[in-house]
Amino acid sequence: MPHATDPPAHGPVPDGAPGPAPRTPDGAPATAVRSRVALRVNGVHHELDLDHRVTLLDTLREHLDLTGAKKGCDHGQCGACTVLVEGRRANSCLLLAVALHGCEITTVEGLAGPDDTLHPLQRAFMEHDAFQCGYCTPGQLCSAVGALREAAAGHPSHATAAAALAVPGPAALSAEEVRERLSGNLCRCGAYPAIVRAVTDAGADAAATAAGAEVTP
Amino acid sequence: MSPTAATLEPATAAALGAPVPRREGREKVTGAARYAAEQHLPLRAYAWPVPATVARGRITAVDTAGALALPGVLGVLTPYDAPRLGPSDDPTLQLLQDLRVPHRGWYVALAVADTLEGARAAASAVRVTYETEPHDVTLRAGHPGLYTPEEVNGGYPAHREHGDPDGAFEEAPVRVDVRYSVPPLHNHAMEPHAATADWDAERGHLTVYDSCQGTTVVRGVLAGLFGLRADQITVLAEHVGGGFGSKGTPRPHVVLAVMATRYCGRPVTLSLPRRHMAATVGHRAPTLHHLRLGARADGTLTALTHEVTTHTSRVREFVEQAAVPARVMYAVHNSRTTHRVAALDVPTPSWMRAPGEAPGMYALESAMDELADALGMDPVELRVRNDAATEPDGGRPFSSRHLVECLREGARRFGWAGRRPPRREGALLIGAGVAAATYPVYIAPSGARAHARPDGSYLVEVNATDIGTGARTVMAQIAADALRVPLDAVSLSLGNSALPPGPVAGGSTGTASWGWAVHDACTALTDRLARHQGPLPAAGLSASADTTQSAKQKSPYARHAFGAHFAEVQADTVTGEVRVRRLLGVFAAGHILNPRTARSQLIGGMVMGLGMALTEHSGLDPASGDFVERDLAAYHVPTNADVPAIEAHWIDEHDKHLNPMGSKGIGEIGIVGAAAAIGNAVCQATGRRLRELPLTPDRVLAALDAGPEGAGRVAGP
Repeated sequence: MPHATDPPAHGPVPDGAPGPAPRTPDGAPATAVRSRVALRVNGVHHELDLDHRVTLLDTLREHLDLTGAKKGCDHGQCGACTVLVEGRRANSCLLLAVALHGCEITTVEGLAGPDDTLHPLQRAFMEHDAFQCGYCTPGQLCSAVGALREAAAGHPSHATAAAALAVPGPAALSAEEVRERLSGNLCRCGAYPAIVRAVTDAGADAAATAAGAEVTP
Repeated sequence: MSPTAATLEPATAAALGAPVPRREGREKVTGAARYAAEQHLPLRAYAWPVPATVARGRITAVDTAGALALPGVLGVLTPYDAPRLGPSDDPTLQLLQDLRVPHRGWYVALAVADTLEGARAAASAVRVTYETEPHDVTLRAGHPGLYTPEEVNGGYPAHREHGDPDGAFEEAPVRVDVRYSVPPLHNHAMEPHAATADWDAERGHLTVYDSCQGTTVVRGVLAGLFGLRADQITVLAEHVGGGFGSKGTPRPHVVLAVMATRYCGRPVTLSLPRRHMAATVGHRAPTLHHLRLGARADGTLTALTHEVTTHTSRVREFVEQAAVPARVMYAVHNSRTTHRVAALDVPTPSWMRAPGEAPGMYALESAMDELADALGMDPVELRVRNDAATEPDGGRPFSSRHLVECLREGARRFGWAGRRPPRREGALLIGAGVAAATYPVYIAPSGARAHARPDGSYLVEVNATDIGTGARTVMAQIAADALRVPLDAVSLSLGNSALPPGPVAGGSTGTASWGWAVHDACTALTDRLARHQGPLPAAGLSASADTTQSAKQKSPYARHAFGAHFAEVQADTVTGEVRVRRLLGVFAAGHILNPRTARSQLIGGMVMGLGMALTEHSGLDPASGDFVERDLAAYHVPTNADVPAIEAHWIDEHDKHLNPMGSKGIGEIGIVGAAAAIGNAVCQATGRRLRELPLTPDRVLAALDAGPEGAGRVAGP
């Protein structure tokens, strides 16, 4: 499965360069500036003809009308654009769509269940009033889903105590751990204390489930 | 007060005061809430502005050939060919109208293209040449351009003087004579300023989705600029991703978006790049403060002077009213509060959360702490000793003032009595600090309409703007109580200039201003329904209200909210890093209408105050004339890891001299004083007084190295 960090299967060719015409991975002809890109977004398959300059964030917002992922800085500094790429959180403003051919993307619009049952994190954010203007919220939510998965998989953070590093298994999420793990998502309204409570609550619920690896609706 | 201003009887108030969840919560957590740039209109194009790359001068040529040759480019507007605009009170909106460059980052061209990528590429292909002039962006205490303006922001006189402050200071047995500085700060709401504008030439109608704090004012300004009647323009702002003052009046993005749609005949979205924002949407101007406090040995203040030096741009005079809160806080007769400003080649400053109070109270409340130290007195007791019975500047009685209660309640909750002496844990020095807060009560006229439907439901229309405050929710609560119906019987329409005119979400006025009109419209409807015989007609029944008369009535009272912040901090003697361990605020802001959203807003203000204290800094580079910290990697707004558990509490006031809800604004007071409390805690922890914000590790380490005598010198002229 291709990953966000993989180079594109075929790089763009400078104008006038000799050689065979490049092909996109699915065999469609590519040009110097555009490619056909297949993405699976929230379980729906999309075939897109995209300018190579188009980021994943702009693909979602401008081409698929999925405006849940927000553009706060367009430079990977604020986290408002956070989505899940192959299950891992990523700043979608820093990824070029052309490099993601075949990838599975989950956005905030894909967190709720098929019958519109809210994801436990979505419910927890509402319960704790963990937002005001709401602009960072989709990124916070996707980032929290990713962070809980990382913790369940035993990934440490800067806030993880040295003693805990030696113990295999899921990382316990204290408030300090949640603060650290969600510090890539800025909130100018200052909802952090409520966000921490919401994620801690939802994380504890998830840990209490049998798998412990996934917060599912 | 007008008869409508009687405070609601608690017995009938079911919804007000209840912790009602945000009405738009589900839309915000599912991504369904749409903001200004997220309007997918057919054939939508994109615009990207071109900022000036010199700090002062004139444009001599704009070469658009390279940009126009790019695929999908619809046009490039320049000062040579952009449509001429009509008048506006705000000269920062006279965009692409002349060749002058008043500051770096001023917009000099606008590219419009089929796609976002195309517009951005076109903007970067525009070649502008300039004739440059020497520029000056550096504020300093002795700047030759300094003058005393007539008025400062908020319409206050720039200079006020009572008694003999200089003589009283000289005679005072205990004196503090200190200088503080606050750097430029940026609002940086998470949603960049954005607009989607759609000019329908056939209908002669302009529709604008704007990220703003008030659509009525945006409509009015656009009408003037584009020579349209107000009824030819609809401005919509259903959801706004924060503003903190920076969206309080129309900003360049919306003017340029309208220019673009009128030019190309297609809907156009313009979302400002984050890195443009420092120069184009306003900033909190830097302030230099000179404070002199004189007191008797028992702590009674006998002299106070607060002299503020700040900058404005050459485009428009905006003066941060940082000495104004000193006219409200403490009972001292001999006082001088004054402002001086220099017009520099800098971007135009504007409102940022609690303009005036935020920097002014940092300085005043830090100086009060220094005075408490000089007196050997507890800083809580010093403030209690100098509590004012009437407003010191005007002599009017306060409609309510519970500063002392906030200090006492905060001290109790925080455990203030046990705070001294400062302690050490390994490399960490730990201390606690306190500071007071204040913010004035403003109110602006608003209209509202209430409509009863035959099915028993109600529609309330008010042009409030919910920028994250919870306005949508609180307006519904006010309506439900005035109509005496359950909350879920009320639906609400807001964020639309076609509704009865409403003021901006700014100055902590929203709830009072819109809410008063909602209350009056709903009360009038209730009366109408009571008189109505038989079933309602199919069209229902309506009633309107306009609070122009009642809101403009001058109050015989001085009306202000008050509060107190308590902070516990640790300073790392190895790294110089300061971290806040605890932050606790107690506020007295009238009747708190929704404890849930109010708490979030107060805590949010405290978080911004924490940023002001520790992380947020912007500076103008003397060589380039540009803000150095232009993006969120360089300008450090607090992150989650910076913010400890924060508590916000309040004392519910019953003030009959405000509005029918008995509320004071709460959007801004949370930031006021927070930085001083943190700074005072750092001083207590380290024994070093730092007088220049923010308290970054380099400064803290230097102060620790310099020792108690060398610390805290603010660079002078």
